[in-house]
Amino acid sequence: MIVAKDLRKTYGDFVAVDGIDFQVKQGEAFGLLGPNGAGKSTTMRMIASTSMRSGGVLEILGKDPNSHGPEIRAHLGVVPQQDNLDRELKVWENLYIYGRYFGLSRKFMKNKIEELIAFAQLEDKRNSKTEELSGGMKRRLTIARALVNEPDILMLDEPTTGLDPQARHVLWDRLFRLKEQGVTLVITTHYMDEAEQLCDRLVVMDKGRIMAEGSPAELIKQYSSKEVLEVRFGSSQNQQAARQIEGLGDRTEVLPDRILIYSENGEKILEKIVKLGLSPLTSLVRRSSLEDVFLRLTGRSLAD
Amino acid sequence: MDTEVRIARGIRLGAWYVAEYRIRQMTKWLGEIITVGLGNPIIYLLAIGIGVGSLVDANTGGEGINGVSYITFLAPALLATAAIQAAMDETSFPTLEGFVWNKSFFGMNSTQLTGGQIVDGIMIAAFFRALLTSATYLVVLWAFGAIEPSATPLLFAVASFAGMAFGALMLAATSFVKEDDGFFAIVARFVVAPMFLFSGTFYPLEQMPVFLQWIGWISPLWHSTNFARAVSFGLEVPGWLMILHVAFLTICLVGGVLIARRQFVSRLLK
Repeated sequence: MIVAKDLRKTYGDFVAVDGIDFQVKQGEAFGLLGPNGAGKSTTMRMIASTSMRSGGVLEILGKDPNSHGPEIRAHLGVVPQQDNLDRELKVWENLYIYGRYFGLSRKFMKNKIEELIAFAQLEDKRNSKTEELSGGMKRRLTIARALVNEPDILMLDEPTTGLDPQARHVLWDRLFRLKEQGVTLVITTHYMDEAEQLCDRLVVMDKGRIMAEGSPAELIKQYSSKEVLEVRFGSSQNQQAARQIEGLGDRTEVLPDRILIYSENGEKILEKIVKLGLSPLTSLVRRSSLEDVFLRLTGRSLAD
Repeated sequence: MDTEVRIARGIRLGAWYVAEYRIRQMTKWLGEIITVGLGNPIIYLLAIGIGVGSLVDANTGGEGINGVSYITFLAPALLATAAIQAAMDETSFPTLEGFVWNKSFFGMNSTQLTGGQIVDGIMIAAFFRALLTSATYLVVLWAFGAIEPSATPLLFAVASFAGMAFGALMLAATSFVKEDDGFFAIVARFVVAPMFLFSGTFYPLEQMPVFLQWIGWISPLWHSTNFARAVSFGLEVPGWLMILHVAFLTICLVGGVLIARRQFVSRLLK
């Protein structure tokens, strides 16, 4: 569905995307993971055929977006980071108008609108103006709107940023359904849990480059240990404790507020720490996540 | 319908879908559009057409200006002004809205629509609005006895054309605006107001000091007003000047649309 080779995008001297390669297959949920400014959104815009690449090869559905933008876009559904719904228009009108942009007939839209309103769980808000919707509702409407043309690829840029936990779960449920129906998804996110939940395969991006690629489980296996022990000694003691702990596990990361020790068995490491005579204020053993992968790859946490 | 056929047709007709959206948006403000469309002409006709007009007509011994009563002289200018204002509202505000306020153009551009089609669609909708306003205004002018019924169709055409010409210029100008920092206030004070006052609207352009007459020559309002006066009450305008009027308005229209299309595409496909 999507093939990128040495894909580049520069704005003047600034290199936003610095030669990346990836492929997305039909029915796959593909994720672009990385901190803000990693080049994810720029990559998304190039795939969405609304940004001209500066170099390399990009093929979407077998076509070159630089020369066949409208033809490609006719087969895409795009959910932008910032909702751009029409606030003056009602919920159903937003869907209707968007369908018309794709050249869909009024007759086709009549049924499609009701189907999409049901999908977005907005039956009660059908005739409300969009400005009256909550953030979660607007996102669901934006996703429903992106499905109006029954796209081959649905692209979601930071789909749950700014939503409360409940609204996120409702949205994930909707996206799971689409995945089950075989829609190809391309998702950018800086949330690890979201990437783990939704993506079959992902690339970790930083500073315009791809740092690693694989399924969430593969990445964790390759770049991190099974378990992570997190201990806190209070910010003044952290550095000193870290020196003593160094070498107990496979790898140690010292963050300003805590120390992460990577190993196959976190509890055992904790026992060893206590034997050394250290008494952490708090300790936590957890499974490795993509956050740890990112930390390992870039030396920074995603929140930085 | 076959998907590829549907897509091909959609790509061909894109501008009309944009226009359909704009007109749907307009219906949300239809009350205001008609009130302003009717209110403004009535106020100007009463205050200036009749108020100032009675003074002018009295002081010219009933000869008025250019051989007709003041209200007849004034009517074509007010009509063109109304059409220009209407078209301008429909090209400038939606453009800032689409790029800055709600970014709807970026939503449109993520469908198969292109920047050029968005421009064309806005122009179609603005044309519709200019027609609507001109028609409303003509009814009022006719009720005040300010125009000859026989001149109505041509006046209608000239006013709407003037609206489109200025609307296109505004569309092009607004497409360069990066943020909402008083652009419209500047345009209202330094473009629209002087144009309205110095385009031979209230007295013939030749009666203005020579050093101010150039404003008329670069003003779409003067070119359309002078043309409309020839149509409305037979003001004597040489043939070459009539051609120049049409040519000037055409250049504004075509130039504005071409610049806007280019700027829309470059702004949307960053």
